[in-house]
Amino acid sequence: MCALIGCYLRIALAGFRRYATYRQAALAGTATNVVFGLIKISILSAVYAAQGGGSVGGYDLTMTITYVWLGQGLLSVVQFWGDADLDTRIRTGDVVIDLTRPWNLGMALLAEDLGRAAFASLARFVPPLAIGALLFPFRWPTDPAVLAFFALSALLAVVISQGIRFLLSLSTFWLLDPRGVSGLYRVGGATLAGLEIPLNYFPSWAQTALWFTPFPGMMQSPIDVFVQHGSAAALLAHQALWAVLLTVAGQVVLRRAVHKVVVQGG
Amino acid sequence: MAEAYSSLIRAQLRSQLSYRTSFLLNCLAQMLAQANDLLVIVVLFGRVASLGGFGVQEVLLVYALSGIAFGLADMVVGNVEQLPQYIRTGRFDVVLMRPMGSLAQLCASDFQLRRLGRVVTALGVLVYVLSISDIHWTPITLLLLVITPVAGAVIFGSIFIASNSLSFWLIDGRELANTVTYGGNYFTSYPVTVFSGWLRVFLAYVIGGAFVSYYPALALLGRADPLGGPDWLRFSAPVVALLAALAAGTVWRFAIRHYRGTGS
Repeated sequence: MCALIGCYLRIALAGFRRYATYRQAALAGTATNVVFGLIKISILSAVYAAQGGGSVGGYDLTMTITYVWLGQGLLSVVQFWGDADLDTRIRTGDVVIDLTRPWNLGMALLAEDLGRAAFASLARFVPPLAIGALLFPFRWPTDPAVLAFFALSALLAVVISQGIRFLLSLSTFWLLDPRGVSGLYRVGGATLAGLEIPLNYFPSWAQTALWFTPFPGMMQSPIDVFVQHGSAAALLAHQALWAVLLTVAGQVVLRRAVHKVVVQGG
Repeated sequence: MAEAYSSLIRAQLRSQLSYRTSFLLNCLAQMLAQANDLLVIVVLFGRVASLGGFGVQEVLLVYALSGIAFGLADMVVGNVEQLPQYIRTGRFDVVLMRPMGSLAQLCASDFQLRRLGRVVTALGVLVYVLSISDIHWTPITLLLLVITPVAGAVIFGSIFIASNSLSFWLIDGRELANTVTYGGNYFTSYPVTVFSGWLRVFLAYVIGGAFVSYYPALALLGRADPLGGPDWLRFSAPVVALLAALAAGTVWRFAIRHYRGTGS
């Protein structure tokens, strides 16, 4: 058991190192995130200018600006648009090698993704946040404990996001070409998670519907925890529920997929 | 010469259309990508009556003109984004050896019809907005309506080419180019008055984003520029497009002259 946990730790470390190799890419990506953040702040500020300040859906202007910088940083940590490595390995049949290794494929991929997210937290999350905190009105949590809740919430967001990406990749076992399905997720997933505009700007019926899905758990929840909008306990409980559900679903679907696999040749 | 290009493009279309379901799903994804920005505008106007001094119909007009222009440019020259792969694998050297223009080859050899999906959504919004807006139709406004998407597409195409030329020098040039290509599309979907400071100066005037949708929309609506620009500015998109194309051509040729390949 200990050996197995050590194995996953080493996979996570490898995930960290793999992405840490591309530091120049991280810098260029951050520049893009910052420019998009500036455009987003201009558009959302225009909303407050039009109504003469006040709040929209429980967010005042400072909270909205903080939302934008947190979102631009979290975007790369949560990773809505993953690489298609597993899809390709399933289509070509290489996945058989992954399945025969003495590990749980779902857990191994989660470990690697957590390593990737750890590097992204340093290289992609901190810079936009630093720019936002230094140059813009910024809402820091009033209680240091909130930072710990935020870290936990961001971790759960990565687990949910990885769970969904894993299920989308597994669909290759049945669809052979998952690009249609994952293309639709690429387009809509981030918006439904609250990347483009805070979900509390949506009409209340849409908000109610969205909170029945895992989407808000990937972006809106950690941000709401940070700016202290709503109950942190409820937000974390919603995330934990979906993290468990998606992980279990991933395991069940993987087991069914393995039954389909036929290894040919000798 | 033209035959070579048209057969290249025809071959592309044949191969893309042979996987009917995959093509339709990809088209749908592009349509939804454009509808995503529409959703944001609709939700924002559920909260306020104006953005930057413009009402919902006016903002939708700006959004639609921008979407059509970006979609057309993305479809025709969007493939310059693949430049890093061409350079890394050495395929670009092959492109340079053929007796045809390097840029035209690059665009024709991976022409993506699915990107028409973006144009379809934006065109739908344009038709809807024009049908409910109070526009004074004259031969001039009609001509403007036809020229604007073309001029806008040329401006966006020039932005695509000039910014992706960075890939000749920088490994991550494509990522930086995204700030002005996709970032430019984001910016031009809203009236310029929403933005301020150097962000506005750079995206609206240095790279020409204001002439893709904002000024033509003002002319169609018969509104003066709230920023105090002269009235002729509203009709200057074709001239800006021409200048942008010349600038992009110069940058591309300069980049090609300095290209040394990746070695053997």
